Amino acid sequence: MDRYAKQRLIGLLARGATAIVVSVMVFVVGVTIYRGARILLTDPSIVVTPPGSQYTLQAEGGFLHAIVGSVFIVIPATIVSTILAISTAIYLQSDYSSERFSDLANMFLNVLWGTPPIVYGVFVLTIIFTVGARQSLLFGIIAIAIFQYPIMTRYTDEALRSAPDTVKEASYGLGSTRFETARMTVRSALPGVIAGVIMGFARGIGDAATVLFTAGRSTNMPGGPMDGATTLPILIYENATSPNDELVAQAYAASFLLIVVVLALIAISKVLAGRFARYTPGGRHS
Amino acid sequence: MAESTESAESNQTGGRFSKRLRRERLSSAWFTVAGYFAIGIFVLIVVTMIYQSLPLLEEFSIAQMVSSSNWNPDQNEFGFLPAIVGTVYVSILTMVMGTPIAILTAIYLAEYAEGRMKTLVGSFIDVLAAIPSVIFGLVALFAVVPFVGNHLAPAFGSSATGQGIFTVSLVMSIIVTPFMISLSVESLEALPDELRETSLGVGATKWETIRTVLLRAAGPGIFSAVLLGFGRVFGATIVPAMLIGGQTHIPDSPFATGQTLPTLIVNDFGELMSLPLNQSALIFVGVMLLVVVWLFNFSAMLIRRRLRRRWQY
Repeated sequence: MDRYAKQRLIGLLARGATAIVVSVMVFVVGVTIYRGARILLTDPSIVVTPPGSQYTLQAEGGFLHAIVGSVFIVIPATIVSTILAISTAIYLQSDYSSERFSDLANMFLNVLWGTPPIVYGVFVLTIIFTVGARQSLLFGIIAIAIFQYPIMTRYTDEALRSAPDTVKEASYGLGSTRFETARMTVRSALPGVIAGVIMGFARGIGDAATVLFTAGRSTNMPGGPMDGATTLPILIYENATSPNDELVAQAYAASFLLIVVVLALIAISKVLAGRFARYTPGGRHS
Repeated sequence: MAESTESAESNQTGGRFSKRLRRERLSSAWFTVAGYFAIGIFVLIVVTMIYQSLPLLEEFSIAQMVSSSNWNPDQNEFGFLPAIVGTVYVSILTMVMGTPIAILTAIYLAEYAEGRMKTLVGSFIDVLAAIPSVIFGLVALFAVVPFVGNHLAPAFGSSATGQGIFTVSLVMSIIVTPFMISLSVESLEALPDELRETSLGVGATKWETIRTVLLRAAGPGIFSAVLLGFGRVFGATIVPAMLIGGQTHIPDSPFATGQTLPTLIVNDFGELMSLPLNQSALIFVGVMLLVVVWLFNFSAMLIRRRLRRRWQY
């Protein structure tokens, strides 16, 4: 084979591989939309109906409990995690800590970032044992917050790092304190910070392994922070293998909801990134 | 140094100035706490989990458990070998299927695609990365499991149901590719254009440029992307739990059912509450996952550093 034929072959292979990846994505989203949207259109009430007492056996009622559980677990977790992540990222900037500490902390954050979510689930489970509590909404929030923390911190840290130094210099030059300067830096890096928060939220709402042991597989509406709860991914996981076709159908409906939420989050992050680019000196780049 | 000038100033002026200083001190203390939290949470996770798995380690030696294939928690037999073999099997098979596709797609995105096509494919891959893995599991139960069970496994002379090592690997190889692609594209795109221009300028074809210059220069980044992808597959939980069949034996063919370390935790979780030793055993599985992923991260970092020195451009 001469070198030009080889070049054409690789071009074809590269295009083929891309086609595979793209078509798998289209297939997965397509199946979920086709099967999930159909269920939701024929019976939209399952989204707002709480599960009946025979839910796992006869698919009585809908999966409002999982939607409520997802909202009550992921939103508080994201708020806690965002505050912690932005604070950590600010500390890792050179004004507060040394280069050395920053490197060390970043290494640990990398390891945390690569840690399987199930490890966080088991870790929070050991806390539950130690405290002598039961699986509940509160521990679900803790587990998701720990899971999101390294993701958000890395995004935020990167955004702050790429913020132009001129912002910092100008701020210090006017006699600002470190805190005031940090606020300006965060503001100038806002598109990146927001993208990080939304990525963390999207990962949090889609993860099942962390919540499985910590909030549980409850099929009741969550009543309070110490009550058992469940989330949409766990509902999908539990229903997927059910012999009851109606429950499987509900799993598809829940998948459709999740995909819509995740796609909406990506779209929102793109729009917000564009909108907040006005805080970035030098104009709008996303 | 900054501290002393600040306090001197605060002695001279009161009021508004001291309010700013107080806010500075408070926020500084909080940021310090947050900074140490990054390390603290990791240490806390490792220490509590090792502490909780001590009851098991006191009874059995690690070598004994890792080499035994009897998993009968009710009879105090904790052999982790089947789950370890299953995990390694799935991880390797996944990487064999996923890595070439990921690298080829990254090459396409970084070197071939242009303009609107590039944005389109790029955002498709972003979407793929954002889809929760439980949805892949669900779609696979509907599409991949019957296909493997009815067509693929019989073609290889195996009478499998469709759930098993191969199905998990196939689905996992799709889940990890977007992650590996975006990291590889990042390191390919970070290369200066002069590299491409020089290579093309001396008469190399595009593929020769990619193979001898670009893949080398971006090699450290791509290699660590692959290792990190490996770490991801290693700790994957929900997809294996849905698709592997969950039987604790050493798999004898790619189509056989099996068990991975994370699915061991998920499947035995029900019994976990009742038996203290079993609880300890499952937490020990968590420790093993942590240690292996930690090793992967470390070697990814070391290899990247070493390759960077060797493949300098």
